[in-house]
Amino acid sequence: MADAKFLKFDTLSLHAGQVPDPHTGARAVPIYQSSSFVFEDADHAASLFNLEQPGHIYSRISNPTVAVLEERLARLEGGVGAVCTASGQAALTLAILTLMGAGGHIVASASIYGGSRNLLTYTLPRLGITTTFVPPRDIDGFRAAIRPETRLVFGEVLGNPGLEVLNLPAVAAIAHEAGVPFLVDSTFCTPYLCRPLEHGADLVMHSVTKWLGGHGIAIGGVVIDGGTFDWEASGKFPTLTEPYAGYHGIDFAEEYGPAAFIMRARAEGLRDFGACMAPTTAFHLLQGVETLPLRMKGHIHNARRVVGFLESDLYDDKGAVAWVTYPELADHPDHRLASTLLPHGAGAVVSFGIKGGRAAGKRFIESLSLFSHLANVGDAKSLVIHPASTTHAQLDAEALAASGVGEDMIRLSIGLEDADDLIDDLRQALRAATKG
Amino acid sequence: MDVLVNGAPVYAHTGGRPVDPAGPVTVLLHGAGMDHTVWVHQSRYLAHRGQGVLAVDLPGHGRSGGTALDSIDALADWTAAFLDAVGIGTAVLAGHSMGALTALHAAARHPARVTGLMLLGVAERMPVHPDLLAAARADDPQAAALIAGWGFGPAGHVGGHPAPGLALIPDALRLMGRAGPGVLGVDLAACDAFRAGAASAAAVSCPALVIVGEKDRMSPARAGKALAALIPGASVTAIAGAGHMMMLETPVAVSKAMAAFRH
Repeated sequence: MADAKFLKFDTLSLHAGQVPDPHTGARAVPIYQSSSFVFEDADHAASLFNLEQPGHIYSRISNPTVAVLEERLARLEGGVGAVCTASGQAALTLAILTLMGAGGHIVASASIYGGSRNLLTYTLPRLGITTTFVPPRDIDGFRAAIRPETRLVFGEVLGNPGLEVLNLPAVAAIAHEAGVPFLVDSTFCTPYLCRPLEHGADLVMHSVTKWLGGHGIAIGGVVIDGGTFDWEASGKFPTLTEPYAGYHGIDFAEEYGPAAFIMRARAEGLRDFGACMAPTTAFHLLQGVETLPLRMKGHIHNARRVVGFLESDLYDDKGAVAWVTYPELADHPDHRLASTLLPHGAGAVVSFGIKGGRAAGKRFIESLSLFSHLANVGDAKSLVIHPASTTHAQLDAEALAASGVGEDMIRLSIGLEDADDLIDDLRQALRAATKG
Repeated sequence: MDVLVNGAPVYAHTGGRPVDPAGPVTVLLHGAGMDHTVWVHQSRYLAHRGQGVLAVDLPGHGRSGGTALDSIDALADWTAAFLDAVGIGTAVLAGHSMGALTALHAAARHPARVTGLMLLGVAERMPVHPDLLAAARADDPQAAALIAGWGFGPAGHVGGHPAPGLALIPDALRLMGRAGPGVLGVDLAACDAFRAGAASAAAVSCPALVIVGEKDRMSPARAGKALAALIPGASVTAIAGAGHMMMLETPVAVSKAMAAFRH
């Protein structure tokens, strides 16, 4: 059997979406820091507006630098297209509002980023879009939460910060039985560790700020269309299957086939909501994507070393660690699922509990020197936070419990420093925490 | 536009403009396992330049009903029947790959109906690799992967597509993945079995343009040029950097070449 030849992941990380600049020969992706683009002539201008030919008009809708990042991320995930946005939150909002309006309903994993939870719980209901949250391991609960008006099932591959592994194929099957798409936030995994489209997801989103960008220098998001969902067969998505008076009367499924969703997201969502990515941001994030495979190997190596250290402290009678969560651990409830969905590693976030609760946690965090105390994950540098008082502070006790966030939980984002230095820093901070 | 052809529903995309049956009309014929969306860039371009455009979904493909036709003879005759169904006396036929063989053969079999030919990604004979044919007949997804792998040049494999954010290879895989059971196998077998390319070329009596992709690995540019040499008066436009899926890979160059065709 002849083999189909495609460029491999590492090559795509460096090259996808870009050829050397035809005018200057620039090998790196140039920053096209321009709001708008000159038309060749009146006919060219008209043809761009009439959708007769592709091209850039105005950087809110598309920009050549951003387009390289979009195409690269689409290729790395195996999607038909991508739209980059001002942030991961903008990507989630764009995806939802492309699919539904007032009256729409979402079934979401309860273990998601606190910002996403706020959007779904407090903000979208003001627009008439409501959400039912389901514990990520309650597969039957996802099915039970589906309603006639449900238009989306949403979850994260790795729950934040509880590190539950979502059973992507099982949840995808439930979504598809109901005739709705499955959107997966794969920020914690990047396509290097997991490609959700290969496990049944229809749409993927990322906070590109995190491991994809990888250096904690720029805010950005992306939504990627797998091109797999049959919008017409579902019959529940008039935004994609009926003529849109706001855009040349286009029926996006008829016009663009597998790329219907992503074309509508750009044509309407970027145009009207305007949460576009800046070209310089795209340039910064592209530098990170180029080394994604190398960095993820390093993150996984260090995460495994840190988990090993925390486990040794856990089993030490004098240790300060109360519990450790990482999906590769044999006692993790999703250990087997993780080995299937995340064979190259279960991410670089490690959560653990510290004896002494909130007070000990405060002493621990303030005693660290290499780990930076801030509200981010996925930096090349190691980070630490106390979720209950920061990222998830808006949640009430019940929602905190549903999100798997305890008062004693510490979340580490393991960076690329020498693992021995990280372990030394953790060891001395744990000692300081126990001395109280 | 939806019409009935031989009793089966057929869909044709009109490029965002209504079609005047009395005006000049170009019929766009897609290749194996595809549908009208492969002409997404060309259909609007031509429709806004004085052409009535009918980018059809062939029987058994895309939004059309019926079953896939199993020979180029049948596809050529179906094309004439389609013109009857939409009430169009004569038209320019533009085809890609299997669609190009169909257009060529229709021009030979129904010369009074065809006023011009545009043939993209074509050769006198288009034998299909046995592995590909076997995979397609078995509905093995590897068939679509082989076509996507061979069908795209650097613009598809590396990228840098002029349509912002689109990734051509995954898009082509999804498009072929939507084809019904057996459709790709029937299409490729029809291409493989077609032997009348030279005879049909010699019988063409209308103006013809052959558009070749310089990076086409499925129907190499030299094969397209050789076919053009068999068509009386045919001209050739070569698209730099384009592979077999040239309408998607180099959309603007292909659209301009098609719009410039005089017949």
